[in-house]
Amino acid sequence: MLRYTLKRLASLVVSLIVASVVIFTVVEIAPGDPASFMLGINAQPDTVAALRAELGLDQSKLDRYLDWVGGMLTGDFGTSYTYRAPVAQMIADRLWVSLPLALYALTLSTVIAFPAGIFAAARRGGVGDLSVTGATQLGVAIPNFWFAMMLVLIFAINLRWFSAGGFPGWDRGFWGGMKALTLPAIALALPQAAILTRVMRSSLLDILGEDFIRTARAKGLSARQALWRHGLRNALIPVLTIIGLQFAFLLAGAIIIEQVFFLPGLGRLIFQAITQRDLIVVESVVMLLVFAVIVVNFVVDLAYAAVDPRLRTRA
Amino acid sequence: MSRNLILGGTLTLVFVLAALLSFVWTPDGVEAMNIAGRLKPPNADNLLGTDHFGRDILSMLMVGARTSIAVALVAVGIGMGIGVPLGLAAAARSGGMLDEVIMRMNDLIFAFPSLVIAILITAVFGPSATNAIIAIGIFNIPVFARITRGTALSLWKREFIMAARVAGKTRTRISVEHILPNVANLLIVQGTIQFSLGILAEAGLSYVGLGAQPPIPSWGRMLADAQTMVALAPHVALIPGLTIVAMVLGLNLLGDGLRDALDPRLKVART
Repeated sequence: MLRYTLKRLASLVVSLIVASVVIFTVVEIAPGDPASFMLGINAQPDTVAALRAELGLDQSKLDRYLDWVGGMLTGDFGTSYTYRAPVAQMIADRLWVSLPLALYALTLSTVIAFPAGIFAAARRGGVGDLSVTGATQLGVAIPNFWFAMMLVLIFAINLRWFSAGGFPGWDRGFWGGMKALTLPAIALALPQAAILTRVMRSSLLDILGEDFIRTARAKGLSARQALWRHGLRNALIPVLTIIGLQFAFLLAGAIIIEQVFFLPGLGRLIFQAITQRDLIVVESVVMLLVFAVIVVNFVVDLAYAAVDPRLRTRA
Repeated sequence: MSRNLILGGTLTLVFVLAALLSFVWTPDGVEAMNIAGRLKPPNADNLLGTDHFGRDILSMLMVGARTSIAVALVAVGIGMGIGVPLGLAAAARSGGMLDEVIMRMNDLIFAFPSLVIAILITAVFGPSATNAIIAIGIFNIPVFARITRGTALSLWKREFIMAARVAGKTRTRISVEHILPNVANLLIVQGTIQFSLGILAEAGLSYVGLGAQPPIPSWGRMLADAQTMVALAPHVALIPGLTIVAMVLGLNLLGDGLRDALDPRLKVART
């Protein structure tokens, strides 16, 4: 296990380094100089030069890359070109919206998918199975931002149960915050729940065809008992992987959903930064999201290997 | 023919034909504004109603289908064009340096949240349909590389490949003449699925303003425009949304149907 962990850890570090180089390079080859952009077209050359020096743009590319990475390692994400505020603080503020939203959606999709997947698998080929499978077909075909708009139309505009957007802030009470995140979380969770239901169903069906289930049946368990006692536990491994992957996806998917509901999360931050060509913010937010994905995948891999020793020899 | 295949094929065909038809004929112009007749619900003149500029929604959807299909199709083309040769090469020298490098690069692309990178690319190089295609296309490469390599690896162990090697054919020739035709079915099925994912991704990107730019109509931007109108005229949001759902559903059903028709044993990874 230790050997496996170290091996995975090494590949985690390599992934992070390559990812940071790629992101830095992409932003680096972006047309346009941030300093001249900030000062406008009428700026004097020496003013631009002074600002470039202040922003550190006059250093070599390698120095700036090392500065950027070194800063991130110590929690210093640089200074926003437009707001003149520490990027780390801006990200931290926004994370308080995006992270709870992603977790909320993850919980919802799991809570929907588990019963639905088990229900469908237990009634393979029956009406119940067909309705669940049909619903998942529809679930993966619906763009979540459009689903979000429909939720707003029904529950905010017509029924007035929720507000159509905005976020009151956590200091105004936990439930108020949760209520503001409910429609966004449902919209975000829908396609994920559909995918997870499918994985849950097919994973259970695979397991139910295994010999040990037949043995369990042979020793007198009913089909249902065999499913609950022996099937479920074994079917969970692929399901857990997908949940791990989904978390990352939800964090990224929240970017678009936040636009629908005017939520002040990472998504809004990144879009504002894009329109203002505040590339240091774009760079850092993207790196943070990629970091989250890579680390979550790493943790899922380790958890996987801890559960199933066969996997330690692979990779 | 299965029900999936017929239903999915029909839906897809309808959208493709509508997109092609829009080159020569649409019920109304897509740039002609008519403020007096704006936000009209579906009626005899405008079968699907009009938008906030009084443009005919049906015509907009037909031209928008062109954008969606073009973006998704080219993105799949990029994925296949680069991914399949990489997958074939990796399988031909399985376990070698090339295989290792290709697969590690694939893992790396998989590790990036695709939407975030699409946003980064469009942010840096400016929003346009071309940049959306590149952004979506990059993420199709590892998908095709992976299934090509996986299937090719098992094919390399088969007798007919052995026979070809004994006959003195090079690895490259074997890959092209014997492996590729046997992977083709799987690629067609996966291509259909990536096509539908591409339609969704394009809609998402143009919804946030990073896809096709005005005045080119696109489904995603129609929804973005509809957002503030949704209370006044729900049809401006409802109709383009249902159009996307129908197209994506059609492609997914087509993919399922093709998979069952081409080889019932095939299992395609849905990512």
